Amino acid sequence: MAETIELEIVTPERMVVKGRAEEIQIPGRGGYLGILPGHAPLITELAVGEIEYKNAGTVTRLSVAWGFAEVLPEKVTILAETAELAEDIDVERANAARERALENIHKADNPGAYEEASQALSRAESRLAVAKQK
Amino acid sequence: MPNVLDIKRRIRSVKSTRQITKAMKMVSAAKLRRAQERALAARPYAQMLTNVLKSLVQRADVIDPETGQAKHPLLEARPERNIAVVIVTGDRGLAGGFNSNLLKAAQRFLFTKEGLNIDLECVGRKGRDFFVRRYPAQKASEERTASVRVTGEHYGILKAPQFSHVAPIAEDIIARYDAGELDAVYIIFNEFKSVIAQRLVVEQILPVTELGERDIEQAIELSQEEREHAGEAATTAGVPLTDTHEKSDVERHAETFFTGATDYIYEQPATQLFRELLPKYVIEQIYRAMLESVAAEHAARMTAMDSATNNAGELIDTLTLKMNRARQAAITTEIIEIVSGAAAL
Repeated sequence: MAETIELEIVTPERMVVKGRAEEIQIPGRGGYLGILPGHAPLITELAVGEIEYKNAGTVTRLSVAWGFAEVLPEKVTILAETAELAEDIDVERANAARERALENIHKADNPGAYEEASQALSRAESRLAVAKQK
Repeated sequence: MPNVLDIKRRIRSVKSTRQITKAMKMVSAAKLRRAQERALAARPYAQMLTNVLKSLVQRADVIDPETGQAKHPLLEARPERNIAVVIVTGDRGLAGGFNSNLLKAAQRFLFTKEGLNIDLECVGRKGRDFFVRRYPAQKASEERTASVRVTGEHYGILKAPQFSHVAPIAEDIIARYDAGELDAVYIIFNEFKSVIAQRLVVEQILPVTELGERDIEQAIELSQEEREHAGEAATTAGVPLTDTHEKSDVERHAETFFTGATDYIYEQPATQLFRELLPKYVIEQIYRAMLESVAAEHAARMTAMDSATNNAGELIDTLTLKMNRARQAAITTEIIEIVSGAAAL
């Protein structure tokens, strides 16, 4: 039995994950962070991307859009605005959102609109990526 | 003399009405339970977010030590000239005074702010219907034609409020505040702690005055009588009266979350984190208000339907008495007629 670390993922709507993991990957603002038990205390903002954690040989992936993580040696707590497990993701909707975002990127006539559309695009793509690995 | 048949018909109609109100009461009770669960599930996130912000306030230098002025635009108090009021009502009626009391309070509040430019953001069909009849509806970006106008009409989201539906409304308001178009934002909603602890609240959400503390302008509590009614309705529908919910591990953890004096590695500067997190806090507050309002609406409907059911029961009793009397009277008259007819022979 490998050493594990406690993991909690909380969204405004509910507690999505509460369990233990041997290894966690989180999408920090400045790039992905890999966390193993006994990590130094750290706080970071999360970017749009995937959280991945491994426990007893199974890997679970979640798609997150904006969040905040606190890492302690025995515990990782993630506050995320949205966190979806692969089975909760509506692939059709994500696909539609992706199409829409692509269209908006081409149509964007100011930096704000472009920024918004590209964020929507990365959200949709991270969802699709997670869903595909089901 | 009322006709026996007519009364019988009325009794039948009242009986079927009672059946409907009874069913509605049970449905509301079930929905209330679900709404309560949802409100509970939202607590850890809110608590954690507040704790993080509180801790960041000390690290990030958000308050200018010399002037005492807040550096974050959402903390900054400005003289009120343009304000927004978020009014949370229900989408549907038949909930006793739930909507009308709130609208009355909202109207009173608007009078106290007379002379200011007010943008109304209506959440829930009832409030929207009420205010669009009185004030012009305009987009926030359009040039103002009246001092009070309706800039937002949001309905259909209250059935099962989702964060992803509430966030855009809140983000829009925050962006307008940030841009200086608004100087203060208030929210008027029915707060729900438990079936017997509810109140109508006018709360200031922007500027943020103190983290984790609520800035309540005015509150109207339930009257003793209303509370008794609500309690009775809840007991008969099998809904727990008070907040018997025991704190889960998560909630206990949430309370201590981030309050320790650990030395963290900051991936981003604290000031930047604070900047990003503060708007989330405001969104969370608006989201919470909606969750509570939904629970309060179901509780109000449950209580209203309970009294309707009771009233229908009483009405049936009186009508039955009346019917029996009428029948007896008819029989008596008939006997008298027969007897006097026989005597005349």
